[in-house]
Amino acid sequence: MEKKELDILLKATKICKSFGNFVANQNIDISIAKGQIHALLGENGAGKSTLVKIFYGVLQPDSGSIEINKQKISITSPNIARKNGIGMVFQHFSLFPALTVAENILIALDNKIKFNKVVNEITKLSKEWELFVDPLKLVSELSVGEKQRVEIIRCLMQNPSLLIMDEPTSVLTPQEIKNLFKILKRLASSGCSILYISHKLEEIIELADEVTILKSGKSIASIDAKKTTTNFLAETMVGKKITELKKTIKSKSKKIAFEVKNLDKPKDHEFGISLTNINLQVNYGEILGVAGIAGNGQVELMEILSGEINCEDNDQILLDKTPIGKTNINERRKLGIETIPEERTLHATVPNLTLNENTFLTYFFKYSNTKSWITNLLNNPKNSSDESTKIIKNNDVRCPETNPLASQLSGGNLQKFILGRSLANNPKVAIFSQPTWGVDIGAATAIRQKLLDLSQSGKAVILISQDLEEIFELSDKICVINEGVLSEIFDVREITATDVGLLMGGKNKKMEPIK
Amino acid sequence: MITFIPRDKVSKNWIIIAPILSIVFTIFFGLLIFTFLGYNPLETLYQIFVSPFSRIDRISDILVKACPLIIIGTGLMLCFKSNVWNIGAEGQFIMGALLAGFIALSFPNIETKFFLLITILAGFVGGALWAFIPAILKTKLNVNEILVSLMLVYVAMLFIDFIVRGPLRDPMSFGFPLSKPYPEGALINKIPFPGIGFLGQLHYGILFVFLLVPISWIFVNKTLGGFKINVLGSAPQAAKFAGFKQNSITITVLLLSGGLAGVAGVIEVSANIGQLQPEVSFGYGFTAIIVAFLGRLSPVGILFAGIIIATVKLGADNAQMTMGIPKVVTGLFEGILLFFLLTGETLQKYKIKWSEGK
Repeated sequence: MEKKELDILLKATKICKSFGNFVANQNIDISIAKGQIHALLGENGAGKSTLVKIFYGVLQPDSGSIEINKQKISITSPNIARKNGIGMVFQHFSLFPALTVAENILIALDNKIKFNKVVNEITKLSKEWELFVDPLKLVSELSVGEKQRVEIIRCLMQNPSLLIMDEPTSVLTPQEIKNLFKILKRLASSGCSILYISHKLEEIIELADEVTILKSGKSIASIDAKKTTTNFLAETMVGKKITELKKTIKSKSKKIAFEVKNLDKPKDHEFGISLTNINLQVNYGEILGVAGIAGNGQVELMEILSGEINCEDNDQILLDKTPIGKTNINERRKLGIETIPEERTLHATVPNLTLNENTFLTYFFKYSNTKSWITNLLNNPKNSSDESTKIIKNNDVRCPETNPLASQLSGGNLQKFILGRSLANNPKVAIFSQPTWGVDIGAATAIRQKLLDLSQSGKAVILISQDLEEIFELSDKICVINEGVLSEIFDVREITATDVGLLMGGKNKKMEPIK
Repeated sequence: MITFIPRDKVSKNWIIIAPILSIVFTIFFGLLIFTFLGYNPLETLYQIFVSPFSRIDRISDILVKACPLIIIGTGLMLCFKSNVWNIGAEGQFIMGALLAGFIALSFPNIETKFFLLITILAGFVGGALWAFIPAILKTKLNVNEILVSLMLVYVAMLFIDFIVRGPLRDPMSFGFPLSKPYPEGALINKIPFPGIGFLGQLHYGILFVFLLVPISWIFVNKTLGGFKINVLGSAPQAAKFAGFKQNSITITVLLLSGGLAGVAGVIEVSANIGQLQPEVSFGYGFTAIIVAFLGRLSPVGILFAGIIIATVKLGADNAQMTMGIPKVVTGLFEGILLFFLLTGETLQKYKIKWSEGK
């Protein structure tokens, strides 16, 4: 696309940044025109976040230069970035839940103004841009979409000429995404440039004017977003043809494997989610997808399903019609229920322990009460070294050395290890939360294939995921969790992405549940 | 602003060089300070560093002094590794000594040394009970264990003071706050060496250390219990995922560390004092916190750290006795030593980067 020299707002040349041996950005060139929506596309770990953090002054580049309005500047802190008209909305919101909207905005302002004036300003801006929020409401009471609006208003207070948005839609429902896009387009037409980071292809085609694709720290292409296709973008981004999942037609089983009945659990801390009247069931040979935006009770649900926390009543969870609500996590493992929590490091594994020790973490009970008392006493991680080696080999876990620390593996490889560890126990029922979250496409495809294979071999799978595409690709049945309430269960052929989106946003769409 | 960036790899050479450099820096700054204060710097250094090693009986005194530090430090290691912050080993030490003393004084005529097993067990129970208070408050009511364990130190100090002035005071002590002497069966004897006699104060209690260090090494590295403690300390969520019960681990490590502090109390009193008095500890419980961390929370490390700290403490005593250097000055010197040892250890793992801006 041609750009007149005059129109360029921000121009970065040959930006380099490395962390230790890891090169995050290598000679990246990018120029953003005034009033342009410029998308930055790339897989996880391609260097998108590093680049925008450099623009916002959070990180300093090792080399390279940045010009704003043809003036060369060095952005050494977010303060300086804001003074130069750059605002940023982070992927993880930086708001204090215990303060009101106006207080949150007030403390972030560089020049101090009176509280009343801030409230007026917020009301004015939110009317002008249709970013409706109540300035006097506590942030902890806001929905995720509202929190994001607060962040955007906070940026707009500074009259930015460039607004950076880091994966803003990963936490939004389809409806909220539409609204956001409307606002962003209006902002752009009023002259504010937008740098929009995402790995979602449809969004980029719908929203952006130009797209720059990053791959392993290098910018490999800048193309006109209006003249490209999702397939082309995907192939450029991944660099190889994406392998299709192999799906065989399966015979439906009617045998209920796992059931949850009338489960309630009050929240255990102020910002937690209470689970209300949860009912679900999954048959053998089936994948039940639980969709929902992060933070709507998935973590709490997982704790109960895994057995980390016991139910109040033994009858609230049934395996093969047998009540198991009061069994603990290891008893459930012995019964053939394997779970994977969404937090990969620090929950599913311990980062500063070796893979061998991490295998022992969920295998230790297998070695006790089998041999003499002295071997029971000396039950240690060495016992699981054979299993550990097998898991690594069978699941294509790429390790930098034999038996490395868990922290030495990339996210995708660690997740493959975690999945392999669960599958090696040959579970009847598998309950996995966000198994491909933040994982590169290659590993994600491998993991999804494993889940399909598992259900096709007659096992019951519950997949909790915020990735709607994944839910629709894998599931036989779908339900949605919203603010701790689980929707009815729908057959995948009887529900559309829009319906699921509405349910995710809390609108209870009346539909006939499948019998 | 200063930021610490983790090094990719800890260099093997620096593991040896860093402690040596730390000592060199300590000596350098020590020389400076002693010179400024008007003491003969070389002689002071000699007293602190060399004199404790100058005679074989002095070396054995280092072991005697290190003995309670290592025992308490080993217990504290279990707590700190599992993120339980027991600061009250001093109190547990006192209560262990007190309960054992009560048992010992209840059998004034006992002579068999098997009785020691009972008093040591009593010491363990006494210390463990005192640690049970923060344990139960933390697990049941979520009360901070740092606060409770620390406050209980002062309760224990005042309690032993009351006991030796009141119920257990020896009527023949001419009004001094002292209990009756322990019976023969409750005393830990000095070790006789054929041909030499006794080596300073070296007593049989030291055998407990030689037993404890390997056992605790096996426990930490080779058993499920040690693994649980390790996981709980590194990732509490992962401990839940593994099905480890956080509360029972917390209670267990507090009971073990309290118990070991109590045993250290029994050994100290039975070997070196022989009766109860208001002051039985001289700060061992607090010094052992430093020992545990200086030993990098590993059993063998704690053995060496205990010996280092004991050496410097004895050296400081020597400097005070022979040269009249006040304890505060040698305390300052200890501080410098710790500062450089910990700096050396930190710089092995991290590099420092100065960046501009706020």
